[in-house]
Amino acid sequence: MVDSKQQWKAWLYLAPAIVLLLIFTVWPIFNTVRMALLENYSGLKAAAGMQFELGFGNFVKVVQYKRFVQCLKNTCLLCVLTVPISTLLALLVAVALNSIKFLQKGLQTIFFLPYVTNSIAIGMVFAAMFNIVGSFYGTENELIVTAGIINNIIGFFGGKHINWINYGSSYEANMFVMVVYIVWNALPFKILVLLGGLQSINKQYYDAAKVDGTPRRRVFTHITVPLLSPMLAYVIITGFIGGFKEYTSIVGIFGENMGPPDDAGRLNTMVGFIYDALETNSQGRASAAALILFGIILVVTLINNQVSKKRVHY
Amino acid sequence: MSERKIMQEQNMQIVSARSRIIRGCVKCFTYAFLILMAAVVLFPFYWMVISSLKSLEEYRLNVPTFWPRKILLSNYADAFTTASLGRLFYNTMIVGVVSTLLSLVITVLSAFAFARLEFKGRDAMFGALLATMMIPGELFTITNYATVTSFGWMNTYTVLIVPFLVSVFYIYLLRQNFMQIPNELYLAAKVDGTSDLKYLWKVMVPLSLPTLISITILKMMGAWNSYIWPRLVANDEAHRMITNGLRNAFTETTGDVNYPVQMAAVAIVSAPLFLVFVFLRKYIMAGVSRSGIKG
Repeated sequence: MVDSKQQWKAWLYLAPAIVLLLIFTVWPIFNTVRMALLENYSGLKAAAGMQFELGFGNFVKVVQYKRFVQCLKNTCLLCVLTVPISTLLALLVAVALNSIKFLQKGLQTIFFLPYVTNSIAIGMVFAAMFNIVGSFYGTENELIVTAGIINNIIGFFGGKHINWINYGSSYEANMFVMVVYIVWNALPFKILVLLGGLQSINKQYYDAAKVDGTPRRRVFTHITVPLLSPMLAYVIITGFIGGFKEYTSIVGIFGENMGPPDDAGRLNTMVGFIYDALETNSQGRASAAALILFGIILVVTLINNQVSKKRVHY
Repeated sequence: MSERKIMQEQNMQIVSARSRIIRGCVKCFTYAFLILMAAVVLFPFYWMVISSLKSLEEYRLNVPTFWPRKILLSNYADAFTTASLGRLFYNTMIVGVVSTLLSLVITVLSAFAFARLEFKGRDAMFGALLATMMIPGELFTITNYATVTSFGWMNTYTVLIVPFLVSVFYIYLLRQNFMQIPNELYLAAKVDGTSDLKYLWKVMVPLSLPTLISITILKMMGAWNSYIWPRLVANDEAHRMITNGLRNAFTETTGDVNYPVQMAAVAIVSAPLFLVFVFLRKYIMAGVSRSGIKG
């Protein structure tokens, strides 16, 4: 009796969540697969009563699309560059923070600050720092009013001014700015997790190493890193997943243009491609791209799990 | 024998002195590294604030100044009117507060069911829910865009609130917390004839308040920072949210831009996040370290 009463009560409590999940989570999963498998599916045409054939045409078209290949390249490049750099920097900062007492809390707070920011808003600040104020027409008579703070700092150390994000800037320069911004943005979360991991390592290991007179570097590579490996694996995997979904940080710096003024869309990413396809009412293509993105994330997660099983010390 | 002992002691002293010097150097190096990194982390904030206080002429100086010669607060007033920030604040607050409240109710009820009640298929269902967390949100957006259009929700507050009310992650977080509360309390309450809802409200909710506060903050921050979905479905004057408003008001990112006003707008948009951070850091960090999701 009690059991059956608990049964319907449980479903009653879950009802609001289930209804919303069915509409906004479960149905979209099936519908996305359906739309991706209907040739050239478009919401507008479907509303007009058009029928679509079944097939893999959307996937083939997406992969052959030049813009998509560019988006995939940008996304992968950003992942491959930012995840190792930010993980390594975060590890160094966390280890350094863990080894000090004076100022530890204060510095920890500073390092967490970038987390509580709006990625569009601070992207605009980075754009201001790298931007050259002036007029660029891709001709000889360029007018530079001020080269921006970053260029001034470079100039102070004797370097040459670089056109980072303006008209006529190079792809490499654009990418550099994006990597700097994304790493800056990714550090706080990684430092927080790694520092938490370091603080939970049993002090006895370090005491034992001290008794044996183990040198610092060996302590780091043979005690700290192995015992921290679950946290490192977690930080790397979430970094990759976040990296594959990169979009707003680029909007923050380059605007909806997704590239410098003379080459719009040059820095577009997978997510950007999906939204572009959605806005031109090519839901079939958007769905195919979203499923490819899901596939990549799934593969990266699985690879990471396999590597973790062998390498991660629990 | 005694001579030997003295020699040994001297040796020890030399070794310990050397190791002390090395330790001192390492400490210096550690602090230098940390302070340098902290400066890099803080620099954009510093640049935002001082740029927002400069006049346009001063900003356009060939060699930038590191402190405004004359502090100009009028940029903030200009920013407020250029981007009509008042309206944007109002819209964002409505969406943030309503969606947080409703989301909390739904999360508490679901987490309670998963943590305390026995029903068929509970574990299978919970596993399925967790599995959906792997799927990138863009996959849902494509269909949800069509769904909300057919509901006639375009350009309303509803479209900004309802689709994101259920968060599997928050349910998971709260369920973990609920499970730590001893079941004996629940059984005792049952014996006393306390209703489930009363028990939930009087015992479970107060005991898991820190988690609920974390969820509230993350949800509010999510509303404040959301960009993609609002841009798709509610980018009209009446419902536009703060992040979209900011990007729309200042579309120029490169070239000759009125940066002082733009930076003032950015500072205004960032300020509430900082206040939340200063006062509620503990809860944010607790929630964040378990999520890996921004906002």
